Amino acid sequence: MSVTAFLTDSTLCIGCKACEVACKEWNGIGEDGLDWSGFSYDNTGAVGASTWRHVKFVEHAPEPGFGGNAPELNSWAFSSDVCKHCEEAGCLEACPTGAIIRTEFGGVYVQPDICNGCGYCVVACPFGVVDKNRDDGRAFKCTFCYDRQKAGLVPACVKACPTESIKFGEIENLRGKARERMAELHLRGMTDATFYDASDSSVRGTHAMFIVRGDPRSYNLPPKPEVPTIYLKKAWTSSAIGAGLLLAGSLLAFLFENRGDGR
Amino acid sequence: MSEVPKFRPASVRRVPDAASELRLIEIRREAESRGQVKGAGIRPSGSPFPIASPETGYYGIPLLKRAPWTWEIPLYFFTGGVAGAAAVVGAIADYTGADRGLVRDARWIAAAGAVISPALLIADLGRPSRFLNMLRVFKLQSPMSVGAWTLVGFASGASAAAFAQFMQERYGPLLPLRVIENAGQAASLAFGLPFSNYTGVLIGATAIPVWNESVDELPIHFGMSGLSAAVGMLELMGHRKSRALQWLGFGAAIFECLEELRIETHRLACLDPLRKGGSGAVVRAGGVLSGPLALGLRVLSFLSRGKQSRELRKWAAMSAIAGSLITRIGWLYAGNVSARDWRQALRIPRSSE
Repeated sequence: MSVTAFLTDSTLCIGCKACEVACKEWNGIGEDGLDWSGFSYDNTGAVGASTWRHVKFVEHAPEPGFGGNAPELNSWAFSSDVCKHCEEAGCLEACPTGAIIRTEFGGVYVQPDICNGCGYCVVACPFGVVDKNRDDGRAFKCTFCYDRQKAGLVPACVKACPTESIKFGEIENLRGKARERMAELHLRGMTDATFYDASDSSVRGTHAMFIVRGDPRSYNLPPKPEVPTIYLKKAWTSSAIGAGLLLAGSLLAFLFENRGDGR
Repeated sequence: MSEVPKFRPASVRRVPDAASELRLIEIRREAESRGQVKGAGIRPSGSPFPIASPETGYYGIPLLKRAPWTWEIPLYFFTGGVAGAAAVVGAIADYTGADRGLVRDARWIAAAGAVISPALLIADLGRPSRFLNMLRVFKLQSPMSVGAWTLVGFASGASAAAFAQFMQERYGPLLPLRVIENAGQAASLAFGLPFSNYTGVLIGATAIPVWNESVDELPIHFGMSGLSAAVGMLELMGHRKSRALQWLGFGAAIFECLEELRIETHRLACLDPLRKGGSGAVVRAGGVLSGPLALGLRVLSFLSRGKQSRELRKWAAMSAIAGSLITRIGWLYAGNVSARDWRQALRIPRSSE
């Protein structure tokens, strides 16, 4: 039993969506993406209550020579998105029922038998991952295949990935692999390869790491995700000032009124 | 904003549709008769196809999710804020020996809020039967958890005080009832202070840019808005001669004027939903009603005499109550707009267009 992680290497992804299908099949999630979104070959646009793995189809403007393309063609990259399983998880901190827990594998897991569907985790997630299922009423997201990991299996998406674009393993081991891969890609001239794990923000790193090409923002990966607990100190200070104003104001108003009455 | 199409998977036109089928038949005929086709083919839906880039993000598809809350939540923010402020005003009025009628009515407002607020909150839950799950843990780092416990404490105190008061009015003074009344009032004061403004903490400590950028002011703003509505309700219940309420109303209206000024004069792009578009209009309506308009009417009522003065105060009270409710609706609306602004979450400046 060790702390595990995903490493999603978009330079290996072929956009087959086997991970999406495997995830749906294993976790019994309903279909939600048979219509095209109009954005390349993307079906659902984002991860959501019924899309726990989501393959992004990133079409860049023509860049001569990029990826061996003809100069007039758009270059094309795919990347399988998933819950980031943050080290400092906004949803976990915000959950008022204790339904969201940290598992022994380091993942963030929503216990469906405890979630009461308050929806606060949805606005607490800086990656926009957790989503409320309108029919069911509860919040859902990637479970990091907690059940499979418990049984010593790898997550379903990892098992299904035909190109090993989604790698899975012990987190430090995987970080080492990512460093090696980055060095290899840079050596091969793919100098725009970027490693993303948000470790330089208040999220303090993620259990789903990514290797993408170019600016992570074109993959909807935020440059500075913040865990909302960093705002708590300011918020409660303001609340205390507000309460103080209310109390002092009421006291002053009624005391002065009494004095005015000559009591 | 208009250059990136909105993300609407369900409404994308299917190709080939009837028009494009007709065009294909024309092209076939042209090819058969002339051996070559000169005109353009069909235009697939969505073309020209958008591209993903550091300027457009991932096709401008929003990163953040909107709060999944329905109409109950802004109403709960309002009833909770009013009830909390009314409990504080009532308790202080009682302790300073003010008019008994005012104390009594303030307790009724607090008790009414204590009944309506949890009902609204529970109705909004995806699984209402699991409301008690909120009470299986206490988490200081979760404003929702702190708020749920504050609500329980406040509702118990405020309803106990009102119940004991009602029983004594009906059956005469009795020692156990007096004890319940005083303990309930003390509890509703202690819990009412945070209850009047914690909803500002609740939405301030989230990933939604317009909310967390305003986290410094939101709780004070919501608290003052609740106070102005509580004062307004007491005035509508007939306490239109109380000078203490007039002063509290003045204070809250002045604060709301300053808050409205701050919203209108800021230069941060992430606060735009507070003054632009539909959400901006709602926030502005709430700000004007609870700030300048309520203040102006109060000044006029202060300057005039007799019946006219009381009439103007009634209008000031109604303006403040309406403003307080609309303010909560506006802030939640602005949060939804802010969450769908893909530029904010990815920190892409608007000027890059």
